[in-house]
Amino acid sequence: MPASFSPSPDDLLRFLPETILIIGGTLMMLLDPFLSAKKPKMFGHISLVAFVAALFATVAANGVPGPAFSNLLIVDGFATYFRVLVISIGIFAVFCSYHYLDREKAETSEYHALLLFSVAGQGIMVASNDLIMIFIGLEISSIASYVLAGYLRHDRRNNEAALKYFLLGSFATGFLLYGIALVYGLSGSTKLNEIQKALAAPDASLVMAGVAAALMIVGLAFKVSGAPFQMWAPDVYQGAPAPVSAFLATAPKAAAFAIFLRIFMTGFQQIAASWEPIIWVMALASMCVGNFAALTQKNVKRMLGYSSIAHAGYILVALTSRSEIGTTAAMFYLAAYALMNIGAFAVVIHIGGKGEKYVRIDDLAGLAKKQPFTAAMLTIFLLSLIGVPLTGGFFGKFYIFRAAIESNLTWLTILGLLNSAVAAYYYLRLLVVMYMHEPSEASTVLEPLTPGLRTALVLPAIGTVLLGVVPNFVLGFARNAATFGK
Amino acid sequence: MDPAQIAGILKQGAVPTSWYLALSAVLFVIGVAGFVLRRNIITVFMCIELMLNAVNLSFIAFAHEHKQVSGHLFAFFVMVVAAAEAAVGLAIILTVFRNRSTLNIDEIDSLKN
Repeated sequence: MPASFSPSPDDLLRFLPETILIIGGTLMMLLDPFLSAKKPKMFGHISLVAFVAALFATVAANGVPGPAFSNLLIVDGFATYFRVLVISIGIFAVFCSYHYLDREKAETSEYHALLLFSVAGQGIMVASNDLIMIFIGLEISSIASYVLAGYLRHDRRNNEAALKYFLLGSFATGFLLYGIALVYGLSGSTKLNEIQKALAAPDASLVMAGVAAALMIVGLAFKVSGAPFQMWAPDVYQGAPAPVSAFLATAPKAAAFAIFLRIFMTGFQQIAASWEPIIWVMALASMCVGNFAALTQKNVKRMLGYSSIAHAGYILVALTSRSEIGTTAAMFYLAAYALMNIGAFAVVIHIGGKGEKYVRIDDLAGLAKKQPFTAAMLTIFLLSLIGVPLTGGFFGKFYIFRAAIESNLTWLTILGLLNSAVAAYYYLRLLVVMYMHEPSEASTVLEPLTPGLRTALVLPAIGTVLLGVVPNFVLGFARNAATFGK
Repeated sequence: MDPAQIAGILKQGAVPTSWYLALSAVLFVIGVAGFVLRRNIITVFMCIELMLNAVNLSFIAFAHEHKQVSGHLFAFFVMVVAAAEAAVGLAIILTVFRNRSTLNIDEIDSLKN
């Protein structure tokens, strides 16, 4: 194949969403000296414009599906689905951040630039068709997230969260990269379709492929916070600024699961028998560790951290079923999970107050009396996290366990359902505190809901309910995308 | 052996690829062990860099084996990423040290229930 140095217009269009995000972020760094002091909110607006433009570019790119840049990137339904998801999460994160950054008197330009870069990295991850591109996208996303986790640099909790996220994140990258190197050695290529071909050959060294798959599972398990590699998640979500926790718990995780699905359902599909048991154990361990540890938490952010480990476990159940139905279920669940988690964290941002003083579960007491609207929104998100019918969380769990049953994973399904029953306890406890307890000190100093936060509550709440009432729209798209263009 | 002989052996590729891979695996394991056992944050960070460089050695060895140039390029990508990571990582370590005056990883444990 002759190499061409000038990319075709189609190639550029397929890469347009990330281009817009990166230009937006760079523009913000250039404008910082002129606008930072006078109009700090301006950067939030620029960020919103860039995200919305990237959303339109994603739709436009979906009109010309196909590979770009000599097959390094690929625009297919799967890439579009996850691009829309991570960009939407970016939009919600911006709405969450307006008031928070103002309250903490933090710089806005760098924050929003990092947010754009991080989402750009995730866009590259979900659209890449090559292990090296996946690695580059992952690092663009991660390096920006490390800084965001420690954004308020005078806050000791932020420092600690950033340090733990950075050290364990880079450690995980090392494993992922070693796996990539072994796959390259085995197949002579890092392109997923060529890896698939090489592994299908009769003389392929399956032992080495198994080792490579195991190393990559370790790296990816860290990124999606699957047990036994979950220990960083509660600390980081507790210590990072609340809007950043909302972002970190959703967008990088969705992108990491996207590459998990893409690598293991295409490149490594040939050796599924060797990786399925590992994922089986990891799924069960994540559900148990997440749910049982969440039972005793007093800090809402930390509790949501453990609950996110449990949710990673449910999605790993879908991966264990290694079928197209499983992939569809995982994609649907990630969307539902992102919406309900962003919403729950938005409530935490609201009640936290300056310096995030009020983030314990007891601080929710009396919220229903003081601000019935906020309490109602949190109720929707908690019911969805439990998996009550008419919410996105219910259909997410339903499709995942149905996929597991169809792949004969009866035991995993039973244990997963028991786990969701355990999970109901700690989510319901929040509802009880919010509706039945006498107002606490936190509710007396509670500020009125700002427009930005109101948007960050209402939009995810509408999404959560829509996914629960008319799931077929999203599900139909996910079902077409889950074939990876076969 | 005189230098000419050694040069001759190297020219024939007498050092098999598997030796490089073994060295890479050993370096990687040393990196992992250091990450788990060492308590100083800077040392832990250096262990991560060691892991990445071990991977680089694998990439180069495989590229030589396959007679491809792409493996060499991957090593460059990894180096660039490692440099970016070092810049961010050292900045994070610096802020931690400013706020706590310690670099012992066991003393940075204020986040708990």
